[in-house]
Amino acid sequence: MSEARAERLAAMLARVPYMTFLGLTAELAGDEMTAILPFQPHLVGNVMLPALHGGVIGAFLEMTALLQLAVREPLRRQPRTIDVTIEYLRPGRAQTTYARADVRKIGKRIANVHVEAWQEARATPVAALRGHFMLSSPEEG
Amino acid sequence: MAELGARMADGTPQAAALGFRLVSAASGVGSMAVPYRADLVGDPDTGVLAGGVITTLLDHVCGMAATSAMLEKGGATSLATLDLRIDYMRSAAPGREVIALARCYKLTRSIAFVRASAFEDSEDNPVATAQAAFAFTRPPAAT
Repeated sequence: MSEARAERLAAMLARVPYMTFLGLTAELAGDEMTAILPFQPHLVGNVMLPALHGGVIGAFLEMTALLQLAVREPLRRQPRTIDVTIEYLRPGRAQTTYARADVRKIGKRIANVHVEAWQEARATPVAALRGHFMLSSPEEG
Repeated sequence: MAELGARMADGTPQAAALGFRLVSAASGVGSMAVPYRADLVGDPDTGVLAGGVITTLLDHVCGMAATSAMLEKGGATSLATLDLRIDYMRSAAPGREVIALARCYKLTRSIAFVRASAFEDSEDNPVATAQAAFAFTRPPAAT
């Protein structure tokens, strides 16, 4: 089981060009995945602080949700994002960011996923996301 | 406003990395475009740009609209995003540039409320719409 999960995770990371652009990686412990966004200068949005671009943090959270859905079970096609709400709690500093996703509800077609990102301590998250993802269209069943 | 627009297109590493192009800047309004690039694709089966690229573009133009609205009021320019809600209506057309347009529709002493949409040709046919709230770290009246 866990080998299949690791294979699905590796396959997803390798196939999505934008995840490579971000420099995204992930680690798996059983069914628990941690997505990792190492700091890179091109991810900066505010050079004065410096801080990660808010859009990058949002994108990282969204990619974490998609990775978690891919790890959870084999999917016929990549889920599509329906909507996301991103809450910004603290500035994303120029350091590695981590995220974990929690699939709150998964139906035949739609999944609800919560994601939280942190840097030095998980108890002080930098941002959170709640989103809905389309797993398959009605015509696909 | 032109200076703000240029700074937000070229002076931000992530905006430069994504190739953001300034479309227009005015008080309380910001518009930028992201080019289609193979390395920004989110699903190789469809060739559609990643949602994260659209997210960053929308976040960026929302910040631009909020900043320019606040600058006109003569306030501090340091702001933090509180939240950003994005609805993805449809996939962006592969091969096409995506434009985002944001308007700050309400500015209080400490908060800016912004709406934005992303599209290829017309605001009437959006790829995505967004709503954001920003907090000024120093209220304009305090300066």
